[in-house]
Amino acid sequence: MKKLINNAEDVTVEQLKGMALAHPDMLEVRFDPNFVIAKGAPAKGRVAIISGGGSGHEPLHGGYVGIGMLDAACPGQVFTSPTPDQMYEAAKAVNGGKGVLQIVKNYTGDVMNFEMAADMLRADGIEVRNVIIDDDVAVKDSSYTAGRRGLGTTVIAEKVCGAAAAEGYDLDRNAALCKKVNVKGKSMGMALTSCITPQNGTPTFDIGDDEMEIGIGIHGEPGAERMKVKNADKITEILTTHILDDEAYTRKLAEWDVDKGESVDVEVVDETFQSGDKVIAIVNSMGGTPISELYTVYGKLHELAEKKGISIVRKLIGHYITSIEMQGVSITLVKTDDEILRLYDASVHTPALNWGT
Amino acid sequence: MLTSEHITTWIRKSADEMRDNRGYLTELDAAIGDADHGNNMDRGYKAVLEKLPDDNDVGAILKAVAMALISKVGGAAGPLYGTMFLQAANALKGKEALSSEDVELLLKSSVDGIVMRGKAHAGEKTILDSLIPAHEAYKEARAAGAELIACLDAATHAAEEGMKATIPMIATKGRASYLGERSRDHQDPGATSTYLIIKTLYEAASEGDAT
Ligand SMILES: Nc1ncnc2c1ncn2[C@@H]1O[C@H](COP(=O)(O)OP(=O)(O)O)[C@@H](O)[C@H]1O
Ligand SMILES: [Mg+2]
Repeated sequence: MKKLINNAEDVTVEQLKGMALAHPDMLEVRFDPNFVIAKGAPAKGRVAIISGGGSGHEPLHGGYVGIGMLDAACPGQVFTSPTPDQMYEAAKAVNGGKGVLQIVKNYTGDVMNFEMAADMLRADGIEVRNVIIDDDVAVKDSSYTAGRRGLGTTVIAEKVCGAAAAEGYDLDRNAALCKKVNVKGKSMGMALTSCITPQNGTPTFDIGDDEMEIGIGIHGEPGAERMKVKNADKITEILTTHILDDEAYTRKLAEWDVDKGESVDVEVVDETFQSGDKVIAIVNSMGGTPISELYTVYGKLHELAEKKGISIVRKLIGHYITSIEMQGVSITLVKTDDEILRLYDASVHTPALNWGT
Repeated sequence: MLTSEHITTWIRKSADEMRDNRGYLTELDAAIGDADHGNNMDRGYKAVLEKLPDDNDVGAILKAVAMALISKVGGAAGPLYGTMFLQAANALKGKEALSSEDVELLLKSSVDGIVMRGKAHAGEKTILDSLIPAHEAYKEARAAGAELIACLDAATHAAEEGMKATIPMIATKGRASYLGERSRDHQDPGATSTYLIIKTLYEAASEGDAT
């Protein structure tokens, strides 16, 4: 293993220290437990937005902390969910009295740790809503798996909900918006190579020089199919077709029932893509794929979308939700409406997304 | 009876096993998960050793174990084992020694904690596949009149069998579920760490001459 690290045990903390020094105008970092909070916290008079997950997916989530997006991010060890005390302390640091929205990617560990954090916060009288993002169309089935995983739609949800909080949406309205983005967003990824976590030092999975994994998860979880490597156009076509042709996915997601004071399972159905849709697209590097290749993918994606009558009205091309140094790409398409577009366009100042005044 | 000293010894022995099997558990997780289970458990139990209270109350000891695991393990295993020890701590609050019946309650509340947090059933290739058999074997042995150590011996064998029985199973919960058919022919890492936890409970009792 060759990596730009000092000690494998220190990678998370050293990265956070560097971030704090690099972006003092946007964020601050706290340790033991570790979390990143927006400059100017707490979020006085508005809802606070929190997310988190294992490290190794940078810029997710710490890179989205700042003005107009996340109020706090809780990074776990590399590829390991953060612990409830991180979210608990982060939420207490950013809560401005209007409650906390936790945006959670659908991984068993993330879901359980954020649930425990929500329980702890509620015991302290803080209003919390957890909204799950499960947009990975590579997972077909919800009854024999832990359900679709959270991918690029998470980035759009964090952007849009952060803007909504700044506009003054209350907690329930913001949670409803987050759920709306989730049912409008679909993603799928693929890997050409494995990544190596610093603590293990060896590839997470074996893959032949002439093979690729279609539908890879962001921790190297296997996907829909292992096949011989194909060219960029063909790969883009496989991912895009899976996303655009995905049928309405139905599953049960846990939701907080205010009246009952407990979590209940609610049936949620995805929207499907139709001709005439306006979408936000992300062409995302898994970490090791260069921008040049991402543009090749975008070119083909653009053409395929147009053929279906779908127009890409906003796009992000680069590193947004990665798997350390894995070579590969994921595509995310989120159907928009006026509300989503307005909030997406609102100004944002974070290390990874930065536009507007 | 198991004294609070037996319980402390159990936790220390578990920590030793997690350290010694760190690589093994991580390898099992690399096959069907994300290659971190051994790292997670070892990091968690190291934190547990630092937080072990000098207390005669078994409930207080188990609660300290739970809190350390919750704040240090992360992943799926952190909340699962954390809730497991928390349920056991609540069930045994205030006890300075555990009777054979109390140990059965320890195992039962452990099962309840894992089910409460993870909402899995037997046969889904998880922690439960070694924990449920351990609890049932203990219960049966006790009902048949066996002594505490013999009951724990039966539980350990059942946990080991249960752990091995996860090999042909297809995972339907947790990260391994994404493999579908491809999760077959691999032993579940969580069921394996649970076996180590049950085995060390037996060892702490038998080496410490529990009666
Ligand atoms: N819902 C569940 N109920 C019980 N055990 C589970 C559940 N989901 C996962 N597990 C256990 O967790 C183990 C994985 O733990 P770990 O690797 O530490 O977490 P992660 O999967 O988040 O990386 C699996 O081997 C399995 O035994
Ligand atoms: Mg794991």
